Amino acid sequence: MSDQRIVPIVMPKWGLSMKEGKVTGWLLEDGSRINPGDAILEVETDKIAGAVEAHESGVLRRRVGEPDTVYPVKSLLGVIADPSVPEEEIDAYVSSFVTPSADEDEAEQGPKYEYAETSSGKLRYAKRGSGDETAILIHGFGGDLDNWLFNIDALGESATVYALDLPGHGQSAKSLDKPGLGALADAVASFMTTVGIDSAHLVGHSMGGAIAMHMAASDPGKVDSLTLICSAGLGREIGSYVDSYLAAQGRKDLKPVLEQLFADKSLVSRQLVDDVLKYKRLDGVEPLLKDLAAALFAGQTQQDQPGARLAAGKAPPALVIWGKQDEIIPHSHAQNLPGAKVAVFDGAGHMVFMEKASDVNALIKAHIAGS
Amino acid sequence: MTAPNSTAGIFPLDKPGLLQAYRTMRTIREFEERLHADFAKGDIPGFVHLYAGEEAAGTGIMMHLEDKDRIASTHRGHGHCIAKGVDTSGMMAEIYGKVSGSCRGKGGSMHIADLSKGMMGANGILGAGAPLVCGAALAAKYRGDGGVAISFVGDGASNQGTFLESLNLAAVWNLPAIFVVENNGYAESTSRDYAVAVDSFVDRAAGFGLPGVTVDGLDFFAVYEAAGEIIKRAREGGGPALLECKMIRMYGHFEGDQQTYRAKGELDDIRANKDCLKMFTQRVMEAGVISRGELDAIDREVVAEIQEASAFAKAAPLPTAADLTTDVYVNY
Amino acid sequence: MARKISMRQAINEALDQEMARDPSVFVMGEDIVGGAGGMGEIDAWGGVLGVTKGLNAKYPGRLLDTPLSESAYIGAAVGAAACGMRPVAELMFLDFMGVCFDQIFNQAAKFRYMFGGKAETPVVIRAMVGAGFRAAAQHSQMLTPLFVHIPGLKVVCPSNAYDAKGLLIQSIRDNDPVIFCEHKNLYGAEADVPAESYAIPFGEANVVRDGKHATIVTYGMMVQRAMDAAAALAKQGVECEVIDLRTLSPIDWDTVIDSAERTGHVICVDEAHPRCSIAADVSAMVTQECFKALKGPIQMVTAPHTPVPFSPVLEDLYIPSAEAIAKAVKKSMAH
Repeated sequence: MSDQRIVPIVMPKWGLSMKEGKVTGWLLEDGSRINPGDAILEVETDKIAGAVEAHESGVLRRRVGEPDTVYPVKSLLGVIADPSVPEEEIDAYVSSFVTPSADEDEAEQGPKYEYAETSSGKLRYAKRGSGDETAILIHGFGGDLDNWLFNIDALGESATVYALDLPGHGQSAKSLDKPGLGALADAVASFMTTVGIDSAHLVGHSMGGAIAMHMAASDPGKVDSLTLICSAGLGREIGSYVDSYLAAQGRKDLKPVLEQLFADKSLVSRQLVDDVLKYKRLDGVEPLLKDLAAALFAGQTQQDQPGARLAAGKAPPALVIWGKQDEIIPHSHAQNLPGAKVAVFDGAGHMVFMEKASDVNALIKAHIAGS
Repeated sequence: MTAPNSTAGIFPLDKPGLLQAYRTMRTIREFEERLHADFAKGDIPGFVHLYAGEEAAGTGIMMHLEDKDRIASTHRGHGHCIAKGVDTSGMMAEIYGKVSGSCRGKGGSMHIADLSKGMMGANGILGAGAPLVCGAALAAKYRGDGGVAISFVGDGASNQGTFLESLNLAAVWNLPAIFVVENNGYAESTSRDYAVAVDSFVDRAAGFGLPGVTVDGLDFFAVYEAAGEIIKRAREGGGPALLECKMIRMYGHFEGDQQTYRAKGELDDIRANKDCLKMFTQRVMEAGVISRGELDAIDREVVAEIQEASAFAKAAPLPTAADLTTDVYVNY
Repeated sequence: MARKISMRQAINEALDQEMARDPSVFVMGEDIVGGAGGMGEIDAWGGVLGVTKGLNAKYPGRLLDTPLSESAYIGAAVGAAACGMRPVAELMFLDFMGVCFDQIFNQAAKFRYMFGGKAETPVVIRAMVGAGFRAAAQHSQMLTPLFVHIPGLKVVCPSNAYDAKGLLIQSIRDNDPVIFCEHKNLYGAEADVPAESYAIPFGEANVVRDGKHATIVTYGMMVQRAMDAAAALAKQGVECEVIDLRTLSPIDWDTVIDSAERTGHVICVDEAHPRCSIAADVSAMVTQECFKALKGPIQMVTAPHTPVPFSPVLEDLYIPSAEAIAKAVKKSMAH
């Protein structure tokens, strides 16, 4: 059966709204040997640019996607097959390939987003995978669950993965009593109760990392392991990002602020800026973010150090990941959690899990498997 | 037997009320006479329309109102402003175009307003106040605060579509709105009889399904009583009404108007026989409730007040170039 | 959460959410409920094009069907606003301004200035604008320039459902009188619109497409035409920046001038007639502010100096087309 020996490389769907993407370039030549996780080609959407990674091993037999050309999601971009498959079979596969429509695709995968009624209000979340281990992805200040678009599907291959919008973020309720780390940690705990999770591997980015550590310190039984990505709560320094993010009123002000997030500034697309601006303008968002910022980051200083509250020896195993070009929280903080595994990536900023998605995904998978 | 100074059975107001009515009418007269004199001297920019001779109407109506009640006035608005409680010094400074004026010198005689007193503005556009008053009445009705709103028009502006549309709107929405037609016989230089086909404005009101009353606008007491009934009815949810006050103006349409359209002797007759202030004085003195001395005392205070207002206005600073572009928007 | 809804639904939702938020907000206009006083269905219409449909049931007593008396009820909205309410009056077609303009430009617009900064008149006047509806000369005009000319008024003309909701919410919350122009041919156009309330600040243009060769400045229904022109030109290697002004008063000069300085070619597209139009206004300002950056003459693409014709074939010719816009870009760039 040719369909077992021939594996298509298709235009990925990153996030709910992605309908098409532009091939910007191939990273591998025809005939290259490919292993799972290898970056094969680069794709750009109106929101973000990223690499399409291999899920199977084999040989890159055919590069179908032309650079600088836009393809719908699920379109055939290339073919991976064993060297033994004849060229004619590859030709036939390519010519007979039918791109499934986006609607069928959504129907077969079920809802991308769900909502949980928690004691901290209605929280939006996404769920992927069905592995025995459960992981929860917690975004940072001003972020949302779509920040994990390059991670959630990959992590879902080996675990049951939830990503949620924190209160005041994304499409969750825009209110929170006594905004602060405790209230956010309570929201995550309440989310776990609502969807029936006893304990989970917590993967937190930035403020989300501080929330994860707070939970590990206050209720260690709920936390199987910690993955802390450019995490808050491991030192006092923090850049001007939060203040500038709050102060920015229009696209022009916001763009340079969001550029602080990435080592590669070109990743900040007009759509990314627009989406953040639209979010910031929702009623209730700005007051809540201001309260959170005042509680957590007043005077450009991290007010709470949950890392220091983790009891030595009793704390769950921790993995700390940082981007060396992080302009918001210095990568030196990666060294501040004794006993943790540490990985610092050059060529990545605060959004290291987007900029180095395949490496970060591999580290997290291994960490969850080993914990 | 009635106590000395009692007004019961003679007048619809008690003695303090009568003194207040006199003070208001006298203040308006003094204010307007002062302007008449100062305008002639060339002290005042632009043009002014004087309310002198019409004091009984504005005063008789406004004595029933509180600050929450709104009025929309006309280009001949000084009297309405004073009767509604707008500060005379601020008004005078406004008429002089000074930054200390009620409207910082940006409105002038035709646009004096004080929303805190329920005075929604004199208006340079004839009949424009009537729809505004429908809105004010709608707001009062919506809030249920018992407030009423009163639109003043002259006999001339009563022909405006805005006025006629407003009569209908107020009637169909049963608004606490009152439409006062101050019929002084002239629309600028054109006589009322030429420009208005019906004999009585009450007929116009009837055509829109609302009650109307015509009173002698020179007779403070007639106005006071008729307005009182109409306003009470509106406050209680009884809906809109029209009040026609037949009156005269003592001066021209505007200051400088030679008034050649008037009949020979018309102005002399007005001065001699149709001065509402003289009529009021005569009535209260003849009834023995108020003495000449009491009125003289008020006169002295009023003269001093207007003297002070005039001095204040003349001494007040002018606006500066920076004032030109402010107050256009709340923010822009 | 964002869903795809039409501009009609987005406007309805903005009214709904603001009425829920603020009891001083009420809505008035001709047939905005529909069927008032009759023996049949109440809420029969919800406005002539169904924009206010369903609100009456949620907010009884706060949607007022008016007699056909634009002067009286627009004036009443202005008067109520001056007394602390936040009325949203629907003028149905902006073409009807002729009947009630005094209440808008001599009253609402001038209160604050005439009264020395002591008045606030937070009234919103919603009205349909624009051609393409086969509605002929008195129901199809783009009269935005007439209102932009008046100090004291703010003028808004959204191009899509997302902007319509956020700009209408801002209009209702704004403390100055706002003329909110709804292009009748955009009512059915859908966009991703958050279910939550949000306000888009006035005076912030939206750069809907980045480009380095030419700047197209426009608003309302012409935004889509400009985007179509830009897409066609992109295939020929010409990258146009398209600026959706969103609000015409205040207007975002900074964004326009900044773009003009970068591209050097400016094309002003306006569905209004050419004389004293938004296009003419933008042309003049760009010339004054960045003459030296210009590499070609500013082009204006507008409707002709004629009333809006009825015959569909003529009306289609009347409305500026994507082809005309593309041609104007090329004309400027030929210099």
